[in-house]
Amino acid sequence: MTEAQRYTASEILAILSARQLQDGQVVFAGIGVPLLAATLAQRTRCPALTILFEGGVVGAFVEPGKLPPSTNDQRCTKRANMVLGSADVLLLLQRGYVDVGFMGGAQIDQFGNLNSSFIGDPAKPKTRLPGTGGGNDISSLTNMIVAMKHEKRRFVEKVDFITSPGFIRGGTSRRDSGLPSGRMWRVITELAVFGFDDRTRRIKVLALNPGVSREEVQDNTGFRLDFDEKLHVTSPPTDHELETLRMLDPDRLFTA
Amino acid sequence: MAQRDRSLREKVVSLEEAAGFVQDGMKVGVGGSTMSRTPMAMLWELIRQHRKDLSISRCIVSTDGDLVFGSGLANHVVTSWFAQGILWGLSKVMRHHVENGGKRYEEWSHMAVGMRFRAGGMGVPFLPTRAMLGSDIVGQRPEAKQIDCPFTGEKLLLVPALNPDVALIHVQRCDPYGNAQIDGLQFMDIDLALAANSVILTTERIVSNDQIRRAPDQTKIPFFCVDAVVEVPYGSAPHECYGLYEPMMRHMEAYVAQVNADPVKGMQEYLDRYFYSPKSWNEYLSLIGMDEVLEATQKGRSIYND
Repeated sequence: MTEAQRYTASEILAILSARQLQDGQVVFAGIGVPLLAATLAQRTRCPALTILFEGGVVGAFVEPGKLPPSTNDQRCTKRANMVLGSADVLLLLQRGYVDVGFMGGAQIDQFGNLNSSFIGDPAKPKTRLPGTGGGNDISSLTNMIVAMKHEKRRFVEKVDFITSPGFIRGGTSRRDSGLPSGRMWRVITELAVFGFDDRTRRIKVLALNPGVSREEVQDNTGFRLDFDEKLHVTSPPTDHELETLRMLDPDRLFTA
Repeated sequence: MAQRDRSLREKVVSLEEAAGFVQDGMKVGVGGSTMSRTPMAMLWELIRQHRKDLSISRCIVSTDGDLVFGSGLANHVVTSWFAQGILWGLSKVMRHHVENGGKRYEEWSHMAVGMRFRAGGMGVPFLPTRAMLGSDIVGQRPEAKQIDCPFTGEKLLLVPALNPDVALIHVQRCDPYGNAQIDGLQFMDIDLALAANSVILTTERIVSNDQIRRAPDQTKIPFFCVDAVVEVPYGSAPHECYGLYEPMMRHMEAYVAQVNADPVKGMQEYLDRYFYSPKSWNEYLSLIGMDEVLEATQKGRSIYND
């Protein structure tokens, strides 16, 4: 079995995302891979990770095999420390109690802006997408990790609509828009790990996933990519990471 | 604030009678979130009574949004997220009505919806937030005003109070006066109840005022906000009600397959079968099926199991 066949795209997304979290952090997690990755981190390297969900949960500890179908379902509360109202848990972001926000993305651009609202002209959209939920709040108010599938149509030079701001137009435009805290920090895909240039705020490749070439990442991206001077190759998922992940999601709800 | 009878009095009525509080064209706030504590029985009754042109607000909308658009109950939905549920992705029903059907999905951030209900409940015309600044959502919402803070000079966004004419809220228990206890996730229901000019409570069970007084810390909505109390066991079905039942997933799967295959005809057939044909809410539950209801109950109760 080759290295790439040992895991699915969603599994490597979850594992590499989990590695970005530090013990003791407070992480605001969206549904799907983010919830799974935060839970994986909690069960491996970060036992003191505090997980928040937008339904109002503070300090979640979700049960293996009983992953919730959304972050507003009762399963999110199992063995949590506290349950707040939804507005109150989101206000914790605005006050600065959250270290990392963590969500998926439908479409992203070179400055890390996310679109989950419209494909095409918002006045006459080709496709009306579900919209922001808490995504705008999370990305506006804290440091973001985005985990998403890597496709050309998802990695575009400029999103049709900024639902959740990253660095907006680059440079100081995020701060100038009235968002003094937080930033787009990492983007994780099944091909690579991305960061952002400190000055231009443009996305760049920090590390290639195991077995992935520079060309493969560029070919699946809708704009010209920069590669970090210290570009490295991520170490592959360990057996322990894969086993823990599969124990958490035995029905492959989020990792198929 | 509308004139209301705020006395301690019994308000127990039937679903049919409670629907009388809602008139065509009203602004209606809907409690719960996504697939949780949705006041489905009340929406079911309003759809059966052919109310129309409502403007519905809810923090996050799932299949309830499909149903209110598909039935004509609402032509405007104010929310932050509108799909059938994470597991199913985009709603073809929502897409059909918004892209071609002339209905409006008005998008705010989740926190902004919360601040709008909170301002409404606080009796002030707006609240400031930092969310939505810098995004294109703010450009779509001329109702929100950007200002420079008079104290610090920082950019802030003012979101206007949202005071629905009526709120529909489903709870685990309340007394006949409307003192309502909510277990688990509250979502935005307390602010919504305070913000609305009238409140229809549906409840899994009605308990005595003595029982409420034994745990007053669990009472989340005071009786003087409430105008009608309706006892409807499984009143959120096929969505969940915390501690009692989880979503009825086989029914939801079948629903999604049917309406996405044909957002107009599939929806009409679904409404005919589950909304217009049954003579009562109990008959609707029978159509969903005993196995489904009991399995959801077993899972719902397990939240309290170690």
